[in-house]
Amino acid sequence: MAVELTQPNLSVRTHLKRTDASSSIFQLDVDFWIPPGITILFGPSGAGKSTLLDCIAGLITPDEGRVTISEDLLFDSATHINVPAQKRHLGYLFQSPALFPHLTAQQNVEYGLSDLPTADSANAAQKILKLFRVETLASRKPAELSGGEAQRVALARSLVTQPRVLLLDEPLSGLDADLKNSIFADLRAWNEANRIPILYVTHDRAEVDALGERVVAIDDGKIIRQGSPREVLDAPRNQRLALASGFENLLAGTVKDVRLEDGVMRVSLDGSSTVIEVPLGFAKSGDSVRIAIRAGDILLALERPVGLSARNILQGTLKSVEQRSATMVCKVEAGAVFDVHVTLSAARALDLHPGRELWLVLKTYSCHVVT
Amino acid sequence: MTELLLSFRLAFFVTAILIVVAAPLAYWLAYSRWPGKFLLEAVVALPLVLPPTVLGFYFLIAMGPRGPLGKLWLALFGHTLAFTFTGLVIASVFYSLPFCVQPLIASFEKIDPKLLDASRVLGAGKGRTFRKIILPLSLPGVITAVVLTFAHTLGEFGVVLMVGGNLLGVTRTVSIAIYDHVQSIEYAAANQLAVILLAISFVLLALVYGLNRRVGVRWLSN
Repeated sequence: MAVELTQPNLSVRTHLKRTDASSSIFQLDVDFWIPPGITILFGPSGAGKSTLLDCIAGLITPDEGRVTISEDLLFDSATHINVPAQKRHLGYLFQSPALFPHLTAQQNVEYGLSDLPTADSANAAQKILKLFRVETLASRKPAELSGGEAQRVALARSLVTQPRVLLLDEPLSGLDADLKNSIFADLRAWNEANRIPILYVTHDRAEVDALGERVVAIDDGKIIRQGSPREVLDAPRNQRLALASGFENLLAGTVKDVRLEDGVMRVSLDGSSTVIEVPLGFAKSGDSVRIAIRAGDILLALERPVGLSARNILQGTLKSVEQRSATMVCKVEAGAVFDVHVTLSAARALDLHPGRELWLVLKTYSCHVVT
Repeated sequence: MTELLLSFRLAFFVTAILIVVAAPLAYWLAYSRWPGKFLLEAVVALPLVLPPTVLGFYFLIAMGPRGPLGKLWLALFGHTLAFTFTGLVIASVFYSLPFCVQPLIASFEKIDPKLLDASRVLGAGKGRTFRKIILPLSLPGVITAVVLTFAHTLGEFGVVLMVGGNLLGVTRTVSIAIYDHVQSIEYAAANQLAVILLAISFVLLALVYGLNRRVGVRWLSN
């Protein structure tokens, strides 16, 4: 810990209460700390992710709290310190590039370097535009840039000032996968070279896998989990988080019994006699729970399999099958309707068609209890 | 021609003063979240609906020897404001205020707030953001404000009549002169001035629409 504290870090504690136009109350209550490197702020939309970034950047003033970068105090409600946004020296990239439309790409990048002599700022801008592969577009106006190019210029503009912390608010959500990946690669390279705390907001599971060293999961204004992407997202304990991190099956059930000695509990699915064995969770006998299962984690078999370690083998009927790009999306009725994803070749081999009798195989550890 | 030159001089001063006064006022009206803002908005818009004679009447009172403005001026310069060119400028500034403020507000409000956030995060304070981002992006609004103010002041009648009277070379503007000519059944002379005023107004407005199109096309198209 002592070693980590000497590295630049961002520490945030904020409390904020807002009443919106429809007079519903939103509360943001978070307290966390991030080291250098990319931390993903993950959560469903409306969870308060952007509000949190605005608080860190100084665009919104929290009701209470404390924000520091390393030893440097940016906001402290107790001592009435509130460093204005323009003096916080952070990089902040929004969902839209927000490039100044009347300035060229080069002038946009140089905007944050007004303290430097002209030659130096032009130099620095050229360098960073090159780093993000947009140096040939320097003299173009934003209207003449594609979405990806504009976001690269915006990224260059945020980083040219050598910010102490970088905030990214779903900056690539409008771009296609290839474009995203190439920008990710450049961002990762920049991160390796500079190692500042980077907070990257997204609700896209693929972006987490591509970028994240750490994940802070937030829902309804509160942090619900933090840790490595696998820890947080592969075993979600929260329903909305489960949906957001790509668990297609979310089944309601009631805990039938808890077998501590086996490390499992049995859950009977609501409205059917099907019983599923799941890992121990925060629940006791008689509790209503939900079970999150990834569609890709379910196996299909034509006959009842034997000699498997998997504990849940359910008999069912294929209701529908539909091709979605390279995946076959099957709906199987087995006490509840399960979404099952299989590859095209597997679908051919099993001769999947509606009405087919099937066996579903679920590993205990693929079933996650969420609340 | 004296009248025409005087009208131009008046319009020039009023426009120059207003653009300096109206820019910060419009900035505040566009971005402030103060709940009582609507009151000031109403005051600014008042000259749009008030008969010029009403506005002129109150100015005349205020600028007279017993009015607050008149007393102040008397103490400072030894004469009151009524029936002077300065008095005319002051009254006209208020009368033309909405024509300058409204286009500015409209174009300030059109600017994506994210751009202002981006500017702040990049280290620019309010002043720099205003000069480097808001003003250039509001250029069509600024042009509209300047031209409308100028044209409106040029054609002003009621307020001038109330506050300035009809002193040749001092307060006799072109619209007063036209009125005078008509009163004296000098239709030809009235028509001469009226045609000039009509032509100028048309050219100015055409300029606004033409310029706004060109400026607008440059970066608003996407």
